[in-house]
Amino acid sequence: MRPFLHGAVTRLSATLSAPLSALALPVAAVAVSLALFGAFVALVGVDPVEMYQLMYRGAFGTWFSWQNTLTRAAPLILTALCTALPAQLGLVIIGGEGALVLGALAAAAAGMALNGAPAALVLPAMALAGMAGGALLIGGAGALRQWRGVNETISSLLLTYIAIAVLNHMVEGPLKDPSSLNKPSTPPLADAYMIGTLPGSSVHWGLVAGIVCAVAAWVLMRRTTFGFAARMVGGNPRAARMAGLPVGRLLVVTTALAGAAAGLAGMVEVAAVHGRASASLVAGYGSTGILVAFLARQNPLAVIPVAVLFGGIGASGGLLQRRLDLPDASVLVLQGIIFVVLLASEAMRGRLHLFTFARPTATPATKEA
Amino acid sequence: MNVMSRIVPQPIIPLGPADGAPAPGLEAVAITKRFGAFTALDAVSLKLRPGTVHALLGENGAGKSTLVKCIMGFYRPDEGAVVVGDREVVIGDPRAAQTHGLGMVYQHFTLVPRMTVLENLVMARASVPAVIDWRAERRRLAAFLDTMPFTVDVDAPVATLAAGDKQKAEIVKQLYLDARVLILDEPTSVLTPDEADEMLGLIRGMALAGRLSVLIITHKFREVMAFADDVTVLRRGRLAGSGAVADHTPDSLARLMIGDSSTAVPVERRGPPGTAARLRIAGLRADDDGGLPALHGVDLTVRMGEIVGVAGVSGNGQVELVQVLAGQRAATAGSVSIGDEPYRATREEMRRHKVHCLPEEPLRNACVPGMSVAENMAFRSFDEPPIARGRWWLDPAAMRRAALDLIARYRVKTTGPDAPIATLSGGNVQRAVLARELSREVDVLIAANPVFGLDFAAVADIHAQIVEARNRGTAVLLVSEDLDELLELSDRLVVMSHGAIVHETTPAAADLTVIGRCMAGH
Repeated sequence: MRPFLHGAVTRLSATLSAPLSALALPVAAVAVSLALFGAFVALVGVDPVEMYQLMYRGAFGTWFSWQNTLTRAAPLILTALCTALPAQLGLVIIGGEGALVLGALAAAAAGMALNGAPAALVLPAMALAGMAGGALLIGGAGALRQWRGVNETISSLLLTYIAIAVLNHMVEGPLKDPSSLNKPSTPPLADAYMIGTLPGSSVHWGLVAGIVCAVAAWVLMRRTTFGFAARMVGGNPRAARMAGLPVGRLLVVTTALAGAAAGLAGMVEVAAVHGRASASLVAGYGSTGILVAFLARQNPLAVIPVAVLFGGIGASGGLLQRRLDLPDASVLVLQGIIFVVLLASEAMRGRLHLFTFARPTATPATKEA
Repeated sequence: MNVMSRIVPQPIIPLGPADGAPAPGLEAVAITKRFGAFTALDAVSLKLRPGTVHALLGENGAGKSTLVKCIMGFYRPDEGAVVVGDREVVIGDPRAAQTHGLGMVYQHFTLVPRMTVLENLVMARASVPAVIDWRAERRRLAAFLDTMPFTVDVDAPVATLAAGDKQKAEIVKQLYLDARVLILDEPTSVLTPDEADEMLGLIRGMALAGRLSVLIITHKFREVMAFADDVTVLRRGRLAGSGAVADHTPDSLARLMIGDSSTAVPVERRGPPGTAARLRIAGLRADDDGGLPALHGVDLTVRMGEIVGVAGVSGNGQVELVQVLAGQRAATAGSVSIGDEPYRATREEMRRHKVHCLPEEPLRNACVPGMSVAENMAFRSFDEPPIARGRWWLDPAAMRRAALDLIARYRVKTTGPDAPIATLSGGNVQRAVLARELSREVDVLIAANPVFGLDFAAVADIHAQIVEARNRGTAVLLVSEDLDELLELSDRLVVMSHGAIVHETTPAAADLTVIGRCMAGH
């Protein structure tokens, strides 16, 4: 692996300036969103400064809030990968929620079927089942796109509704635990089949799974021949075909991998948080994951800190409700504002360029140095 | 000696000024334009006299486009001034250029294909009323066209016009927008020689009548000698020379253009072509983008060490043929085989049979614009050693090393292997693709208009490379819209019309009348 490391080092200095400039726009978008949200809460009579102090405390202020934040970040990393991976091929997939739900259902079903077997067998089986469930859904959207010309954004969105309907049908029908009366769900997993927490914390191992997957996704896309081929397809399918690349196979495999990531998030939610599959799995992690991926500019590594940020925003919701009497959902307003501002900032990209046009020598010259 | 009167093929139509005042001149004074540390233009001056045609010559990357973009307000020059008529003007954006009477016609068409000429012209105006009185607009345009030395069918959708008519419509559009100084960027690169001569003759006629001042960017000496009054030559961002065309010969212009740098010596075709068939196409059919049949059973064989030229008017299936062979389009019937094996353009087959491609518009067809030069150069080799380790792992350092070697060997002008390939000039993108496709062993080469829009040194270089590949035993299929290129390079020449091969000959035995008739579809 020596040349591998050597290459990484020599390229580091050359590639450092690019991420820095790529960072400016998302950071500015978040800052503008925070200002807008502050104005919004000021309208309902809450002091924005006090609110942001509370939000910070609820998200990152104490060890307790950090644990809450990281627990929420784990599934967000995985569902964000569901959007970020296909984006390398130029696809816009927004079906992370459906893949999470189907993965959770498949994992719960596997846990039920193997009930009694040793945990060392059941947990991997649940993880595989969850990944297969998600892969089936998003890979299906990729296959529809490749061989039937169906727009992958729309199909992945609509497949999400089908996945949720399947979940509801299964937990209210064939897989229902007879004792779950008010809230239909599958039978609870035995404690032995629950994923434990990281030593000395309440954060479950799903966070590690998420980080490992994000790093693996980055390595796959940046350091393997598969990722190189995928980026060729994403950049110019015509050139990829001229190089003889199997465009269809790359497309379906990448979308399936993306779905598998979100499916794994579903398995983690079942085996680490809920202990069973029920309608409460539809908690918005999939849709927030889309936002995380866009704010991370579809970079699998950047997904990790952005997911932590959004985990924090989610974690602070409870504190806002208790202290400021703001509804729990107000953090969703902030998320929505960030998404809209972010999309608007993408449209600004070209125009901001115009402002710097008058002094074109300034920026490149400093970059050269 | 008056060169013009000897070469100009058709009479010049004299025209009085349409509306009074004669066209103004244009002067660029000591323009300097820097991009970061790179100086694209170094105090370049150009003087376009009123009512004349002025040619701007230079190799790729010499700064011709940069100069014109500074004049038209796309770039703001770091130093220097632009003078229109006798007033210095500051042109901040292309719209300001329009108000000063400057109009530009681009190499590629900018009209909306699905709209008619009339609709395109009305929409291009600076202020379009909310409700358009089409009858009045048509009357006004018809009256305007009466003052033109040529006509355009204003009710035809632009998509249905031939290339020459599209170019005329672009020019009419600029004149209709009141342009008095016209800048043409390689206006003839998409035209047949006859269309080009006709168009340039008309432009020159209008300039002689004092109606226009014209600046033409071109690569073609013949057009400079025949149609321009003055010429300015750029080399590497500096003024290499200027003056009256009458004082120059093609040789003196070539020397100014390429300076002291050596150009590749033309490589002669050596020996007869081989006898073994390498590429065999039988009964090939394919549809175009709209799903209509574009190839109606193409039969063609290319032997080892042979260049087979495919001539034809563009739009007769050449694009689809190349795309099928390059793996970019699926055939609907027929077969392609290499040696004795069927060929479906998979990566494995391309590698085994050593099939390479030089498509037209390489940035669009053969590159990923956002990826770096090094990455683009690795498209054929990224999944084999030394760039790939153990089939899966990429070694970016090896990729960079390979690119640095190719950049040096093929003289690609770039700030480095990590620059996005879209930042290179057209000729250098072409060189980068050439380096990628020809630096490896090549048994079959598919080339489509490989020198389209390139300057003369690059053309000679690329032609030499293709012939050299042929001499090494490569089977070359060369599709081109330039008949001279085909006659110069081919061992065998076929004519394609309406999606089929309709004529076959050798350059030595070629009868241009017959070829012309076949190309026209008779």
